[in-house]
Amino acid sequence: MGWFFIRGYAILVYLFMFLPVAVVVLLSFNASQFGSFPMTGFSFRWFVELAQNDAILRAFRTSVVLGLLTAVISTTLGVLASLALVRYRVPGANVVSTLLIAPILVPEVVLAVALLLFLNVLGINKSFALLLFGHVIFTLPFVILVVQARLVSIRRDVEEAAMSLGASPMQTFFQITLPLMLPAVLAGGLFAFTISFDDITGTLFWKPGGVETVPTQIFAMLRNSISPEINALGTVMIVMTVGLPLLGAALARQLSRKGG
Amino acid sequence: MSSVTLRNVVKRFHKFTAVHETNLEIPEGAFVTLLGPSGCGKTTNLRMIAGLLDPTEGEILIGGRRVNDVPIHKRNLGIVFQNYALFPHKTVAENVAFGLRYRDVPKADVAARVQAALDLVQLPDVGERYPKALSGGQQQRIALARAIVIEPDVLLLDEPLSALDANLREDMRVELKRIQDKIGVTTVFVTHDQSEALAMSDRIVVMSAGRIEQTGSPEEVYNNPASEFVAQFLGASNMLEARCTGTDAGGATLEAEPFGQVAVPAEKAQRLGGPGAAQLVLRAEKLLVMPAAEMPEGMITAPARIETVDYQGQTVRYFLRLGERQLQAINMIDERPFEQGAEVRVGFRPKDASALPMETA
Ligand SMILES: Nc1ncnc2c1ncn2[C@@H]1O[C@H](COP(=O)(O)OP(=O)(O)OP(=O)(O)O)[C@@H](O)[C@H]1O
Ligand SMILES: [Mg+2]
Repeated sequence: MGWFFIRGYAILVYLFMFLPVAVVVLLSFNASQFGSFPMTGFSFRWFVELAQNDAILRAFRTSVVLGLLTAVISTTLGVLASLALVRYRVPGANVVSTLLIAPILVPEVVLAVALLLFLNVLGINKSFALLLFGHVIFTLPFVILVVQARLVSIRRDVEEAAMSLGASPMQTFFQITLPLMLPAVLAGGLFAFTISFDDITGTLFWKPGGVETVPTQIFAMLRNSISPEINALGTVMIVMTVGLPLLGAALARQLSRKGG
Repeated sequence: MSSVTLRNVVKRFHKFTAVHETNLEIPEGAFVTLLGPSGCGKTTNLRMIAGLLDPTEGEILIGGRRVNDVPIHKRNLGIVFQNYALFPHKTVAENVAFGLRYRDVPKADVAARVQAALDLVQLPDVGERYPKALSGGQQQRIALARAIVIEPDVLLLDEPLSALDANLREDMRVELKRIQDKIGVTTVFVTHDQSEALAMSDRIVVMSAGRIEQTGSPEEVYNNPASEFVAQFLGASNMLEARCTGTDAGGATLEAEPFGQVAVPAEKAQRLGGPGAAQLVLRAEKLLVMPAAEMPEGMITAPARIETVDYQGQTVRYFLRLGERQLQAINMIDERPFEQGAEVRVGFRPKDASALPMETA
């Protein structure tokens, strides 16, 4: 009896969360002018219009470039930081670790405002580089958490064995450590990309005038009207931010099946 | 192949001294075992030889060359770890070939040398597999093949058999010794298992609390322990309080209750300074438990009562009560062991006894 209620309640919660998403996806294929029910037919016309909308295409390009750069920089820094924290006894490792993870715990608005104020004090203007910087700070903790967890599970004696056989510390890293933590590195990079691609709060604060990412573009379009194009764009976003991690997970599983 | 020398080596972790001033000479081609209880500093010594730890003081020489400042990857050592430490993302053949890529081995020779190493460890057909498709014993053989294929100057093994189950461990022990004999590489073996040490080593270095207690051949450390610690650690020994009443060229005379006078041969009494307080060391395996009537000639005997019988199949361990004292005896079983509470005689040959000065600490 109790179970029945719990199950029913859970289903309601999921409906509440996912129904709007489903509606957006459904309506993006609606042939009608208006982004609402009833649907009048199935069509790809909003996707086609999307592909012809310069502002959206520009925003899309910005988001992809920003996401890729964020992923590359965050992953590189994250791997280096994890190595330092896990493999070498850096003085104050605990403090550094907490500081690096902190951006997850601080509300994003606070972080966004803080960075902006800080740069104002320094007299630095908003720029794409600043936006990138903000995204890196914001995604770095996720990369570190994922990579660190993996690195801890890589036995030190495997690396020691490689060195005893003649590999320098650098060769050991590229021959042994990196391949063994590759799934985590890829996962971290994907995380960073999707988080960056999705982000709106920080981006609104940090972006220089005239630059729009996909989320800020949607935000701007919403102020005018709820056009069916937005539904189509939403669907694309969902496919990217849900599909990419799933793809990544499948890839990682494939990789670790080969290795161990 | 090279000798290894530790000269006044000390290792401290912060304030804790893991290895006290240690001097050790490992001759070229020898199989030397570091033996001691957990935490006595065996691994620390091995890791300093390997270059995985820096000694706090002193110097380490390999082949007569000081290597304190030579990093591990330039020392040309083969190391076998307790948990195999194979590279999980490489095939067995790639694992074994790993060390060759950092040496000037022509591509054409690599495959042949890998195959020769796999043959040597009697796993010629597993080259294409990944390590996790091998059993523990097989993985340890591959780890050994990977370490010796580079023709190391020194082979270092840190408890390589302890992750294996008992039967496999015995097989691997024989196997390891066979391979070491065949390639003749200087080998430093770390274990806390005395039977492993006795069976495999040319020399045993018995350690306790960061210090070397005794260095010698297996027979020496077994039959003529240098300290109470060594006597107790290598099998069970009975330590009897005694008085030395005189020494001469033939040996020392000890007075030990309840056996009376015991003439200990000279080579087993050389650590005695002279008359005074001493300890008589009687190995449990050298104490014979018999009915009074059957005790052979020439034994030094005393009456005893059997308190506990610990049956072990081929052998039996008796805990014997002799007045105040309790002694342990391990005997082969002839027909059936004595019952608990039986009144017997316990005896030993004087040449099986050894003598130590009374320890002051
Ligand atoms: N990195 C370290 N920091 C602090 N203390 C250490 C460190 N490594 C070892 N020790 C200490 O040094 C002592 C010797 O350790 P070591 O690992 O050499 O022992 P061991 O003889 O190999 O023991 P076991 O048989 O358990 O492997 C131990 O008391 C250990 O706690
Ligand atoms: Mg150890």
